[in-house]
Amino acid sequence: MQEEPFAEQRSHWWSDKRAELTLGAVVCTALAGLAAMLVFVVVQGWPSFAHNGLAWFGSGGSVDEQIKAMFLSGEAGAHYVYTFHAWPLIWSTILIVGGATALSLVCSLFVAVFAVEFAPHWMKQILQPVVRLLASVPSVIYGLIGVLALVPFIGNHLISEHDKASVSHIISLSGYSLIAGVLILTVMIAPLMISIFADGLRSVPRHWLEASLALGVNRWRTFWKVGVRAARPALVAGTVLAVARALGEAVMLAMVTGSVGFAPNPFDGGIFLFEPSRPLAPTIIQNIEGLSSPPLKQTMFAIASVLLVSAMLFSLAGWAAKQPLKRYGAA
Amino acid sequence: MASEAATPQAVLPAHKAAVESSSTWRRSDRVGLVVCWLLGLLFCAIAASIVIFMLVQGVKYLRPSLLVTSPSAGFVESQTGGFLDPLIGTVVVALLGMAIALPLGVTIAVWLSEYGRPFSLARAVESMIEMLAGIPDIVLALFGLLLFSSPVLGFLSRTSGHVVYGRSFFAAGAMLSLVALPLIVGSTREGLQAIPTHLREASLAVGKTRFATIRRVLLPSARPSVITGAMLGLGRIIGDTAIIVVLLGATLTLNQAGSAPVLNVLKGTGSTLTSFIYQNAPTGENNQPTKAYAAAFVLLLVVLALNMCVDLIGRRGKVATWSS
Repeated sequence: MQEEPFAEQRSHWWSDKRAELTLGAVVCTALAGLAAMLVFVVVQGWPSFAHNGLAWFGSGGSVDEQIKAMFLSGEAGAHYVYTFHAWPLIWSTILIVGGATALSLVCSLFVAVFAVEFAPHWMKQILQPVVRLLASVPSVIYGLIGVLALVPFIGNHLISEHDKASVSHIISLSGYSLIAGVLILTVMIAPLMISIFADGLRSVPRHWLEASLALGVNRWRTFWKVGVRAARPALVAGTVLAVARALGEAVMLAMVTGSVGFAPNPFDGGIFLFEPSRPLAPTIIQNIEGLSSPPLKQTMFAIASVLLVSAMLFSLAGWAAKQPLKRYGAA
Repeated sequence: MASEAATPQAVLPAHKAAVESSSTWRRSDRVGLVVCWLLGLLFCAIAASIVIFMLVQGVKYLRPSLLVTSPSAGFVESQTGGFLDPLIGTVVVALLGMAIALPLGVTIAVWLSEYGRPFSLARAVESMIEMLAGIPDIVLALFGLLLFSSPVLGFLSRTSGHVVYGRSFFAAGAMLSLVALPLIVGSTREGLQAIPTHLREASLAVGKTRFATIRRVLLPSARPSVITGAMLGLGRIIGDTAIIVVLLGATLTLNQAGSAPVLNVLKGTGSTLTSFIYQNAPTGENNQPTKAYAAAFVLLLVVLALNMCVDLIGRRGKVATWSS
């Protein structure tokens, strides 16, 4: 109350027009900064693309040796070596992100349906904090649990000595594996999916469901045929946003996937799940000490720009997919 | 336990009364319901096992002395010290990040919700925030390294000759604020939009300007949402690892640069709990799993505490939302 005259006095400093302009200027600066970031990262990474062309995305040779050669050439200073074929890293990213998304999509859909419609009240009260908790556990803790509990378990109990011996001339199986990455990543992205799915399902107009129930369709069928279908935009949005999140996960995957530039081969049979690999994002974090070497730095920025562009596209797509939901007052 | 009347289920008592028994369903539908239950319980079990596992390990390895001793080099558990410096680092990074993200986030949210005048600009900002939420933190980290090792910003980190090191608390805090920004903007905006229009009209009718309305009426009543956003952002900042590992350097102790009393810490490098855990995991450089467990336990406690704050605020204000 006492501050009131003070506010009136200042009002000519903070005239309405000026306030709007100032706020607008701050917003524009933030916008320009983000746009600049996109440009900077791509420009920094361009030499790597320019030297390799489309072969950048192809396969050929050992990625780890290429990175090493790049680092050494940068330290020596004379002729920079840029040869880089990222396919093993990209393949590993596709496998891990794809696997985790598929697994998480199924689990999250069932859990979201359960949490919105079929769970008893006490179960809903439990599920909500559980989902929040899983969403807020830092990725490094997931990684730590993975590396100290899940990886040894896989190495000791799921991979037989015979399996290990059968591929020992190519790669050593120690538990650091595709499946460890996929499982933990599933748990990490599921909360995001569940929360978006649940918001979408909850916003389905009640009378649509009631109309179906009135026709004698049971609750289960009604909810899947009417509720889940009406919430399709939310399903798309949640999935796409979860993919964007999964693409950028670096720390946890660096800890559990084994950090070998190796492309797991599905033709190896079931054992392929236990083969180590390394996706794109962990590659950056593991070569961070080598950034003093110019060609390696540019290659890392090239990887970063691939991640940046794909993650941006995915999150834009997710945002666009969410728009139709606003029609019936949700989002 | 919270107000029963506020939950959406209780709003529709008729619906609740009309629930049919699942025993009349076809078998395939009942199998589906069982799958629902199993997956729901599985998620609860995963969350419980994470908390219990960390609790057991934390109780086993956490000693009060770890909290007050600095990390040091060594190969045996007894030599490597505790994690005082990472704790301080976490606090510093959190304060710096919030100092940037909170004002900026609230500004953007206010502009979007109350002004947003050239419509195209508002749309662009909205999608930009949405994209920012999707940018991998490792990319933000690389960009931060690029930005802060430019000579113009050399005063924010260590320099030797013309080479700017580019790694400092300033750099890490600035980039981490971008991680928290989308959460703060989203939550604040939601809070502002939930305020009924007549509140604005009443304030304008008594002769307040629009800006005075925002400052005196709208922001105070949106405070719970702002705080919720800040807490969520804080949790994200504290839990982030990639940016810290890249932008704060690999030193475990606080490494000061320059001689100004507070600035030397902020310009210097150091570590936080997350980078401490990363370095002490079997895949890291130090490989002291017991220390990593102890630090992870402390980190998890902090995150859980923040979570509970969000819950409390959410319960007091309105029904807690699912989005986190």
